[in-house]
Amino acid sequence: MSVAVLRRPGLSRLRTPRAPLYALCLGFVTLVVLAALLAPWISPADPNAVDLGNALAGPSGAHPFGVDSSGRDTLARLVTGARTSLLGPLGVVAFSTLAGVAIGTTAAWRGGWLDSVLSRSTELVFAFPGMLLAILIVAVYGEGLTAPVVALAVAYLPYVSRLTRSLVLAERQRPYISAYLVQGHSAAQICLRHVLPNVGPVVLAQSTINFGYALIDLAGLSFLGLGVPALTPDWGRMVLDGQTAIQRGYPLSAIWPCVAIVLTVVAFNVVGERWADRVARRDR
Amino acid sequence: MNFLRFGLRRLAEMALTLLAASFVIFGAMYLAPGSPADFLLSGRSASPAALEAVNRQYHLDEPFAVRYFRWLGQLLHGDFGRSITYRTDVSRLLADRLPSTLLLVAMALVLVVVVGLVLGRIAAVRGGAVDATILVTTTLAVGTPSFVAAVMLQGLFAVRLHWFPAGGTGDGFVQMLWHLTLPAVALALYLIGMLARVTRSAMVEVLGQEHVTVALSRGVPRRKVMGRHVFRNALGTVLTTGGLIVSTLLVCTVLVESAFGVGGIGQLLELSITTKDFPTVQAISLTMVGLFMAVNLAVDLAHPLVDPRIALAPRRSPA
Repeated sequence: MSVAVLRRPGLSRLRTPRAPLYALCLGFVTLVVLAALLAPWISPADPNAVDLGNALAGPSGAHPFGVDSSGRDTLARLVTGARTSLLGPLGVVAFSTLAGVAIGTTAAWRGGWLDSVLSRSTELVFAFPGMLLAILIVAVYGEGLTAPVVALAVAYLPYVSRLTRSLVLAERQRPYISAYLVQGHSAAQICLRHVLPNVGPVVLAQSTINFGYALIDLAGLSFLGLGVPALTPDWGRMVLDGQTAIQRGYPLSAIWPCVAIVLTVVAFNVVGERWADRVARRDR
Repeated sequence: MNFLRFGLRRLAEMALTLLAASFVIFGAMYLAPGSPADFLLSGRSASPAALEAVNRQYHLDEPFAVRYFRWLGQLLHGDFGRSITYRTDVSRLLADRLPSTLLLVAMALVLVVVVGLVLGRIAAVRGGAVDATILVTTTLAVGTPSFVAAVMLQGLFAVRLHWFPAGGTGDGFVQMLWHLTLPAVALALYLIGMLARVTRSAMVEVLGQEHVTVALSRGVPRRKVMGRHVFRNALGTVLTTGGLIVSTLLVCTVLVESAFGVGGIGQLLELSITTKDFPTVQAISLTMVGLFMAVNLAVDLAHPLVDPRIALAPRRSPA
């Protein structure tokens, strides 16, 4: 009866992370989210204040994480960059979850030709690697965060809609649904009030895992200089800026954003896996 | 016979999906704001006559359907159109750059398959501290985007230690191998972590089954059980990730080739996007999708050979 979360293969059936690791990751996620929310107040300096005379200086009292090749404070850019770096994936996950749940539920509930049309179009999207779709859309619509976010949301949609469809199909077989139908409740009402809350936790766990992947893809786009506008602080962009510094022998300004990206993705993955495992155990 | 029918059916499905993908790719470029003529003239103001000449040369004055089918017809003849930036045939640009990308992807693929399978197998067989170490390492690897790995490897092994060149493609096969080593490692890192995990969990699942206990209790050597009974059984599950591995490899070449300045189609895609060279962008996107689908087809066909329990059937979505 229980349906496994459709994770990307790399993380499927991962052994439950031990509690300290989970707590650590949850703490890190909270820290990054707080930094993003409070960035304008806690940022130690203006993230865009250029000081060419001080370029590539090492850590000091005024700049605890050092400065980049334009003399901008790395810590300030990291904290402010958390906003764009998290806002993009949040948009991807929110859109793909909402649309995916709507499409998956409709396909499972209505069945018939609607189901096969929706399933076919899902397979077409699967044939397109998400990054490639995002790159294409950015090529057409130019700079800005909206276009790549929408493109990635479309690319991630099949993962959510396929999962929702199989969950709702399983849920439909349960007797309480027939009971409500017999009592004359409308399909929409049953779906919204009863089916969705039941399948919700599994979908949310999937979306948390998707968050990490969306972060990787969006950071990759801004590393290519696409998507996020040039002056906006963003982790992927910081790696791009830091690459020239690395080639000149000053690795520090690139290492920090790299560490931020890796830790954030790992933290979101571990938390999402843990939630998925917990839901799977509850179902059994 | 069954095999042949299955193959033909999947081939037809692939052709249909490829057709749909080509429509998406062409349609996306068609919807681009601003007339393509503006890009062609790169901002210069042109006389109406010159504009009309450009429009006629690139068939911009025709309706969408006519242009789409003309493009499709040319594709079937191996003609990808002319690059706007380079003023040569896109097919020649692709032919020049495809070898380094294919070599890079092949090197990364070998790394992923060899290291990933070995790590996963060791983790499953040894267990304990070895397992825990591999699990933590692969958790980190799975969280490391390829461009982050590229920048870090470049900083450490090329700039600091001078073991490898910092970029470029190199001439001759040996030089190319030498230049592409770091990019291949950067490309492979994430997938090594992924494959190791899939292999490990697939093997752990088989390890718990009764036939393994029976084989061990009857005195079959442990090595033999691990190889013939456990690893062999797990391979079918591992193979299903083949499509994902290749699509990730292909797309991430864009990032890794840009980071290392490798002159392959990934870097060409990035350059063509910044210069709005749409014919080249279309051609590369379609090549990538086509390569990806070909690999998926190969995986589907190979699956029953690796795991004979799998019946040949068109793929269905679960439940």
